[in-house]
Order: sequence, then structure tokens, then C-alpha cells
Amino acid sequence: MIAEFGLAALWLAAALAALQLIAGAVTLRSGQGGSGEVLGTLVRPAAIVQGVLAAAAFVALLVLFLRTDLSVKLVADNSHVAKPWIFKLAGAWGNHEGSMLLWVTVMSFAGGLIALLERRLPERTMIATLAAQAFVGLGFYAFLLFSSNPFERLDPPAPEGLGLNPLLQDIGLAFHPPTLYFGYVGLSVAFSFAVGALLTRQVTPDFARAMRPWVLGAWIFLTLGITAGSYWAYYELGWGGWWFWDPVENASLMPWLAATALLHSASVLAARDALRAWTIMLGVVAFSMSMIGTFLVRSGILTSVHAFAVDPERGTFILALLAIYIGGALTVFALRAGTVAEGQRFSATSREGALVVNNVALSAILAIVLLGTLYPLLTEAFGVQVSVGPPYFNPVAAIFFLPMLLVMAVGPLLRWRRDSLGRVRSEVILAGLVIIAVLAGIAFFSSIALLPLLGIALAAGVALASFMPLRGRSLRRLPLATWGMVIAHLGVAVALFGAACDSAFTQERLLAARPGDTTDVGPWTVTLAAVEPVAGPNWTALEGRLSVRYKGGPVTLMAPQSRNFWTPPQQTNEAALLTRWNGQLYAVIGGEGEGERWQLRLWWKPFVTFIWYGGALIGLGGLLALVGRVATDLKRRHVRAQVAIRREERVA
Amino acid sequence: MKPIRWTLWVPLALFATFCILVTVQLSRPASTVVESAMIGKPLPQFDLPPASADRPALKTADFHDGQPKLLNIFASWCVPCAAEAPQLAELERRGANIVAVAVRDRPEDVAAFLARYGNPYSRIGADNFSEVQLGIGSSGVPETFVVDGNGVIRYQYIGDIRADGVELLLEKLREAQR
Repeated sequence: MIAEFGLAALWLAAALAALQLIAGAVTLRSGQGGSGEVLGTLVRPAAIVQGVLAAAAFVALLVLFLRTDLSVKLVADNSHVAKPWIFKLAGAWGNHEGSMLLWVTVMSFAGGLIALLERRLPERTMIATLAAQAFVGLGFYAFLLFSSNPFERLDPPAPEGLGLNPLLQDIGLAFHPPTLYFGYVGLSVAFSFAVGALLTRQVTPDFARAMRPWVLGAWIFLTLGITAGSYWAYYELGWGGWWFWDPVENASLMPWLAATALLHSASVLAARDALRAWTIMLGVVAFSMSMIGTFLVRSGILTSVHAFAVDPERGTFILALLAIYIGGALTVFALRAGTVAEGQRFSATSREGALVVNNVALSAILAIVLLGTLYPLLTEAFGVQVSVGPPYFNPVAAIFFLPMLLVMAVGPLLRWRRDSLGRVRSEVILAGLVIIAVLAGIAFFSSIALLPLLGIALAAGVALASFMPLRGRSLRRLPLATWGMVIAHLGVAVALFGAACDSAFTQERLLAARPGDTTDVGPWTVTLAAVEPVAGPNWTALEGRLSVRYKGGPVTLMAPQSRNFWTPPQQTNEAALLTRWNGQLYAVIGGEGEGERWQLRLWWKPFVTFIWYGGALIGLGGLLALVGRVATDLKRRHVRAQVAIRREERVA
Repeated sequence: MKPIRWTLWVPLALFATFCILVTVQLSRPASTVVESAMIGKPLPQFDLPPASADRPALKTADFHDGQPKLLNIFASWCVPCAAEAPQLAELERRGANIVAVAVRDRPEDVAAFLARYGNPYSRIGADNFSEVQLGIGSSGVPETFVVDGNGVIRYQYIGDIRADGVELLLEKLREAQR
């Protein structure tokens, strides 16, 4: 019964989305005061009920998984009675159908929230926005109902669930994809707002304020998702690297870059009513990047170390949706953007000017990453197979990234509209001195490559500069959003510091060791005490027992493993990590060499953890900004309501 | 600074290019075979000991006699290698000069294998440590390479030779002759 209930809820939600779209479109066509006004009043309730129904469908799926109802195909394929309940629950979205349902649920829930709460924009713009949201939603409903029905029954029911793969029972793996999905969905809301504003030519500061919390929310999720994904690749793949410019990684990075740019340009639009067309464009681009990312990952059109969840047929479906949404939005943009009134002007040396530089640099990096990711596809069309890797991405992205950091340090100090560098001279000189001092200091004491050297120096300068907006202001009365900016910018500096230190100071030791052998890597002394066989649920492993000492201190044990899985037969290296505040020792054990020698690979990575601390700080900054913005919005709405009540009283 | 009208169409044009590109790529059958990077390159230098008592050994210089050859990578312990024996015999009957590398094998096993399934080879080298196999970019047994008269690898046939593979390999040999 539950499955049928879920399916019915899904169909009804889809029908309501269709109603929402049609009513919205008719209202927009009929113009002001036309017969469509009545239909227009249907749009908000339809969006709210649609959100509730989609949520009900998703809850039904969760219940099916919790009960392990084996008469449902999806459950039988992906779950098992003997699973811990948390993984039963996570199993609901840990597959194609369930994850699509989660996507649709979050999206229509967001639509319902907007319909319920957002009252700042002109009603026609809201109707257009919700219609666009319904249009995007309908594509996904069609996808679910016609080609990936999560509630499909199995007759007769399966005697046993198939999904007891302990490899996939990983708490990180369970929550990583939904994190990215929330990010993508948030960007779809921003997309709908942009289309709505464009259709009704209402590209106003109010539009930017309405859209901003959704972009911020999406951006927080994307930031955390990318940070976690990077750490996962770091410890799981056992190569000691933390970013590989792999297509799947790029697929998550590109929406983040676009969302970061959008966040900043939306701030300009909200505060100063400038960059109108550009903000709209970014709203469209940010969502296209999440769709393109999903497409590239799911279609298997690019080969990747993350080659899972690949299905060409689904890829085609996503491509079709992509073409309709983005092609449509870009056509509307081309037709309408020219008629959107020009925004306010500003001089080059101003907060807006700095944010424009930020936007240009982020867009350039986005273009570089996109080009690098798609380049193999392009050459393959001409019969040449190439792969594009770090030698392209790192230097080319750095060309735009490093100047952007300089502007990021100065920009927040500038005033809106017009300012002069002279006014912030002392701050600029101070930050500049720090950068030069660090540059000279490191260059004097060690010989490291240019890019990491610049990275460390800039990180120091940016870290200092990120606190400068606090100067001369009452810390207690500072808006939360400003705190958010300070912490996020500090996070960029921290992450940059970690990345630069990792590439500059990492020490590697590769050796064939006999039990009893001792070696040094950086400040560590590592002894291979023994190699023992150990067994897990579906693997056997050789485990190296390492006793390690930091600068002659107390002994700590580490146990890297070389695992052999038997279904499917696969060998993996489980790295062992030892974290100190100033870095990580990373140990990997490989196969047996000749004469009872073991391949041992050791890295001492100073400050590498700062990469992820930085990512977490960026996310925290976003969260503070979001809370601050929403609180301000609520306060404003309350004040406005009070004023309205008083006015009514006065009239009476 | 009003944007010029036509620039507003640029994003759409770029996006359309992207869509066309991936549509073309998606509609094309994905290449599932990994081609050896060695095609068009000369054979690596090797000088193998003989693998069987009644056939001479194999070294790189043997390929420089101006005559294209088939180089068959096989092993007595490999079941598909036995399955392709009739096709190899057919190739030899129709004039192909076939030389072989026996991978990680014992002389007595090779002898037993050849006695049972026939011996189409003019030379057999014993590749006891898979060095030649790895050096020419072969990922498994059996595999068959077309090598021209100058010792340059021209074609790689992965897996056991099926009935339709005979014509294909003869054709590739003729191409290598030119």
C-alpha cells in the first residue's frame, strides 16, 4: 500500500506542477488585469501542495526502505534486512531512482517555501518564478515517472535483498551525494528567480535579495560537499593527492565557481542596483553548470576514476532536459536582456569595481575548468584521445586566481560607488608588506617553486586583510553577514596556505622495507615493526605495523593495509593517517617485493589539513551570512507588518 | 555601456555547440577496446630463448627481413589460445608467416600444447617474465600483432581469433606489405 501511496502522491505532485506551469503561463500571457488574474491566484497554493505531496512520496520511500519491503524492486535491489537502520535509510537515496526522487522532493519543497513566504517581489514576477520552477520540476517528474519509477513492484517479491555490500556502508558515502544535491537544487531556485525576473523585466534589488538566501544555501552545501569529497579522495585513493582535476571533481567545482560569482554579483545588485543582466546570466550559468555536471557524471561520456552510476540512456535524458532548460533560458536572455533597464553606474575603484574583478576572474577560472573538462570530448570528435591534467589546470587557473586574491584582500575595504585607493592606503601597504616579508623570508630560507611560494605569501597577506573590515567598527554591532564574509575570506587564505604548503614542503619516502627497518621522513622516524595478515567481512589484507616517533618523542602506532576484496576481486590500499596540528603523516603499504621486503610509501605533509579547515571555514562563513540575512529579512518583515497595523489603527 | 544586441546571443551559441558536440559523442558507439599505444611504433628490443625444441628462438632482428609477420602471444595454460588454434592453422595454410611468444610457460607444456593443437609457428620465443608481452603493450593472452617487414607494429588483435578474424588479419598483412 505504501508504495502505491507514494506513486500516487508523485503523480499528483506532477499534475500540480503542470497546473502551476499552465496557470502561471496563462496569467503572464493575459497581461495586467486580464482574465488570467484568477488563474494566477492558483499558482502559490499549487506550489505549496506540490511540495507537500513530493515530501509525502519521499517519506513513503523512506518507510519502504526502513521496513525492507522486498516486494518493491528498488528496495530488493539496494537493501537488506540485516543492514543497520541508518544505512537502510541512506539506501533510499543511494541509487539512481531514489536520488532523483530526493532531488525532486527538495526542489518542490523549496518551491513550496517560496510560495508560502516570499512576499517582496511583484506578484507577476513571483508567478513567473514559480512557473519556471514548475517547468524545471516537470522534466524531473517525467524522468521519474516514465523511466525511473522508484515505487515499481516486484512480483513475486524477492526472498532476499541484494544490497549488503559493506563497501557501500560508509557514513560519508551516504551523506556526500545529498549534500551536493541540495546545492544543485538551491541553484535551480536561483535559476527560476532569474527567469522570472527576466520574463517580467523586474531585475531589481528586491529580486537579488529574494534570490540571495537560496544562492547562499546552495553555496554552503556545495562548499561542504567539495571539501568532504576532496578529503575522501585524499584518504581513500591512497595517492597522497587531494585534488586530481578529475571530470567528476570538476563537475562539482564548476557550479561552485558560478555560485560564488553569483553570490557576489547578487550582493552588488541588492546593495547598489547594478550588474543586472550579468546577475541574471550567472543565475542561468550556475544552474547549467550543475546540470552539465550531473550529465557528465551520469552519462559516462567522460572517463573518470569515479566511474560509477554511469548509464548512457539516462545521460541522454538529462541532456534533453539540459537542452530544454538552458537553451530556453538563454533564448529568453538573448531576447530580453537588451530591454532590461541599465543599472546604476559606479567607478572602477569601488566595492562594485572590486566585485566585478572577482566576477571576471571566477568566470575565467570557470571557463578554464569547463574547457579543460570538455577538451578531451572535442578532440575525440576529431579522432584524437587526450587527457587534460594538472599541468594545464594549475598554472592557467593560477593566472586568474592569484590576482583575484589581491583584489579580494582590498575589495571589502572599499566603499560602494566611488572610492580612492588613497583612503585605504595604510591597510594596503600593511598587507603588501606582510606579503613581501613572507615572500622574502621563505625565498631566503628554502628554495621552493614559484607558485607555492606566491601562494604562501598571498595566504598570509589575505589572512591579515580578511580581518581589516573589522577595524574601527564595534564588533558587537557588526552585522552577522559581515562576520560571514570575514570568516569565509579567512577560510580562503587558510585553504590556500594548506595547499601551497602541501605542494611546497611535502616529503616523500618510497622504500622496500624488511620488518625491523627504520627510516626517516621529515621530522618523523618510522619503523616497520611487522606485517600481519588480517581479515574483514569480504576482504583479506596485509597490515603493516608501523611505530612512528615525531622528533624522538613518544611512539605511536600506524597500520596501513593492502586489501584484497574478492567480490569483485579488487586490490585497494588503505592509507594510515596520523594528524598533528602542523600536518599529517601519510603511510601506504604496497605488495611484497623480493626477499620479504615490503613497498612502503611515506609522506610527511606539513599543514595539509589546513586545506579542509579552510573549506570548513568558508562554509561556516556562508552559514553566518545566511543566518544574518534571513534574520534581517524577518525583522524587516515584522517591522513592515507593525507599520501596516498602526496605519490601519490610525485610519480606524 | 549598453551591451550590443548580438553579443546577447553568444551564450546560446556556445551552449548549442556544446549540445551538438555531446550529442554526436553520445550517438557514437563507445570504443570499448583499448588500443595499444605501440601501434605505428617499432618493436622493443628483445632476444628470447627458444620455447620449443623443434622451432628456433625469437628476437627483434628476425622481424627485419622485409616480410610482414603475425606475432601471436599465447600460453599453453590459456584456454582461448587452444580455441584459436584452428584459425591460426587456417592463416598459416593461406600463407601467413606466424611467429609466437609463449608467456610464462614451461618447455614440456608448450610441447604438449603444440602436439595436441598443431604448430603453425615458424619461431617461438619463451617470454618467462612477460617482458616482451608488456613491452609491446599487450594486456593478456591471446593477442595477435601484425608487424611489417621493418619491425613496426601495424595492428593489434585482442582476444582469440574468431572465424571472421582470419580475413581481417590477412587483409592487415597485405596492408603491411605495401
